[in-house]
Amino acid sequence: MRASAEPKPTTDTKPIVKTGADLLVEALIDQKVETIFGYPGGAVLPIYDALYRAEGSFDHVLPRHEQGGIHAAEGYARVSRKPTVVIGTSGPGATNLITGIADAMMDSLPLVVFTGQVAKSVIGTDAFQESDVMGITTPITKHNYQVQDLEDLPRIVNEAFHIASTGRPGPVVVDIPKDISATVYEKDVQSEFHLPGYQPTIKPNPLQINKLREALLIAKKPVVLTGAGILHAGGSEALKQFVENYDVPVTSTLLGLGAFPGDHHRFLGMAGMHGTYAANMALYECDLLINIGGRFDDRLTGNLKHFAPNARVAHIDIDPAEIGKNVPTEIPIVSDAKRAIDKLNELEPAALDHQEWMEKLENNKQNYPLWHNESEDVILPQYLLRKVHQFTKGEAVVTTDVGQHQMWAAQYYTFNRPDRWVTSGGLGTMGFGFPAAIGAQIAAKDSTVVAIVGDGGFQMTMQEMSLLQERGLPVKILIVNNQALGMVRQWQEKFYDERYSHSIIETQPDFVKLAEAYGLHGYKMESVQEIDEKLDAILNNDKPAIIDCRVVQLENVYPMIAPGKGSHEMIGVMKP
Amino acid sequence: MRRIITATVHNRSGVLNRVTGLLAKRQFNIESISVGRTETEGVSKMTFVVDVEDERKLEQLSKQLNKQIDVIKVSDITDKQIVARELAMIKVLTTPQQRGELQAIIEPFRATIIDVSKESMTVQITGDSDKVDALIELLRPYGLKELARTGVTAFTRGQQRQQTEMKPYSILN
Ligand SMILES: Cc1ncc(C[n+]2csc(CCOP(=O)(O)OP(=O)(O)O)c2C)c(N)n1
Repeated sequence: MRASAEPKPTTDTKPIVKTGADLLVEALIDQKVETIFGYPGGAVLPIYDALYRAEGSFDHVLPRHEQGGIHAAEGYARVSRKPTVVIGTSGPGATNLITGIADAMMDSLPLVVFTGQVAKSVIGTDAFQESDVMGITTPITKHNYQVQDLEDLPRIVNEAFHIASTGRPGPVVVDIPKDISATVYEKDVQSEFHLPGYQPTIKPNPLQINKLREALLIAKKPVVLTGAGILHAGGSEALKQFVENYDVPVTSTLLGLGAFPGDHHRFLGMAGMHGTYAANMALYECDLLINIGGRFDDRLTGNLKHFAPNARVAHIDIDPAEIGKNVPTEIPIVSDAKRAIDKLNELEPAALDHQEWMEKLENNKQNYPLWHNESEDVILPQYLLRKVHQFTKGEAVVTTDVGQHQMWAAQYYTFNRPDRWVTSGGLGTMGFGFPAAIGAQIAAKDSTVVAIVGDGGFQMTMQEMSLLQERGLPVKILIVNNQALGMVRQWQEKFYDERYSHSIIETQPDFVKLAEAYGLHGYKMESVQEIDEKLDAILNNDKPAIIDCRVVQLENVYPMIAPGKGSHEMIGVMKP
Repeated sequence: MRRIITATVHNRSGVLNRVTGLLAKRQFNIESISVGRTETEGVSKMTFVVDVEDERKLEQLSKQLNKQIDVIKVSDITDKQIVARELAMIKVLTTPQQRGELQAIIEPFRATIIDVSKESMTVQITGDSDKVDALIELLRPYGLKELARTGVTAFTRGQQRQQTEMKPYSILN
């Protein structure tokens, strides 16, 4: 045996006692975390004690339900593009986070979720508030860990941040047994990591880039489809350059809105189930489809049999598993979206021979624009959304819940800038919109943030009004109130012979009084006149507000690709 | 088509669950899985025998496996020169009079008898799956009391006939 070469520190001051939880907090500080969305409980008491000691290091946001907390974290992550921390306790705390974790997985949001766990000695005994977090979260996380040894904790935290925020972003869960966060440690621990199984490809293969360019040069009917991958990569500027270099038309997925300016003359509108005629027909008729950072979700493609039947498909995606998953792809490009577009932009721009195609698309745009009913009296939801756009000058951060109002927001709130649009696309999570707006407002302090919600979904997470009250966050909650689960009702009208089974909800709280109960301003609007006269001022002041807008109950979202149909088989393209 | 896929993985807790869960979630049809440690500390090897519809589904399988953080390398070794083995134990009903007869049946398979009782006998066989299948079929008429198979584990041979690697991903650098 050799004696340690290290001299023992000879200091009279008592060594500072640190626990596993302090190690965690230090790792979070190292990661430059500013905001934590968390909720305490038994298994995370040591962590909360460490947070208490680290007072001032973070802004800790305490939701009133863990689901609200994690959706807020998603809103924060989407707008800030930073990995965002969520903390929940074991058992019910962890299970309350599940919907948000699944949502973040579907929409590729970088969350780092810490869950408390019962002490290692009792794991597997059905201990009080034990749940199998690893088992439950494995299929809905990019990766997950249970910390087995205190010394692994800092390394795991660093890995978790790295994995969540690089490659295709996604949620990572770190399950920490209580004894580990409570253990006092003395020696220094390793925090470096090495992940040989995780080396995302972020640079495009130049050969494939050339192939794409060659395909573009001979295409007669090219179209670009923008997905959220462009937003995650910060590639909007590069994309605009690309589109202008080649003068190609652009459409977007739901989540890709804002990647390309909505008011640009080459933008065809959103594609997919409730996309525009011009966009869906462009996808149907194109001979070259360049998908940048989208994943060919079924709500975009409609029936795959009829999707882009004559097109050569080029797909740029950072996740190789998305390429060829749903749509056979001739030119696969595994890359960060921005880097791939940058590479394309380095090549000499060229004029395409696509005059006829551009005219056709322009005609489609002119002849088959979005349409809606009109009234000078009652509020049409589409009118309302257009007014929101107008009053916020198209500059607001808009979050939505899920349902008809979400589709109207996508259609009528033209997004001209990236990272201003926060919606639950893949999972379609009701209850998402309002808490997501809270996170978005915390991330974008000086922006106007409008949560566009249905009366149904808002009631799933509306307890988070407490956060507006507590923090004075000036979120504007716009309830598109049709006294119905509108999207369900629409499907029942169209596909179930108007059998409105449990989709009309006429009993509602008085939202104005509810707002007042939380110390907020509540408004109820029932006429076009009220919208025209009052909404502007409410949206443009620095106070939170809840605006209960009574809209026409039986409005439908059009146009629509009915389930099972192809993108060329839209209904409701023109006003009857 | 039946394919043999191997994956080297970090032997971390939960990795088996993650991989099998992924295969189930994406509706891959698994015939067998075998897992064991390798010569490298902390690295395990999984061998899957899968039945996939077509090339595209196979590519998805490989990509989805590769996507897992703890999966280090995925190979489809079906078309390579490989040695694939599985072990099976077969408990067959036998009367003492039949023992000689059974001995003669298993002999060419180089199987061994590892347990004998009054009314049964347990045979152990190692080999590729076809050989194991063949022996099982020969023993079936006597009455199979119990049967356990380990699933295939496989290696590529030290020397490969000149042939291209598993369809390389031209899309990766
Ligand atoms: C958590 C959850 N439960 C159920 C659904 C199914 N669903 C989709 S849209 C919708 C109706 C939403 O109604 P509302 O929030 O009032 O919005 P609207 O469609 O009326 O605009 C329902 C129930 C869902 N998406 N999420």
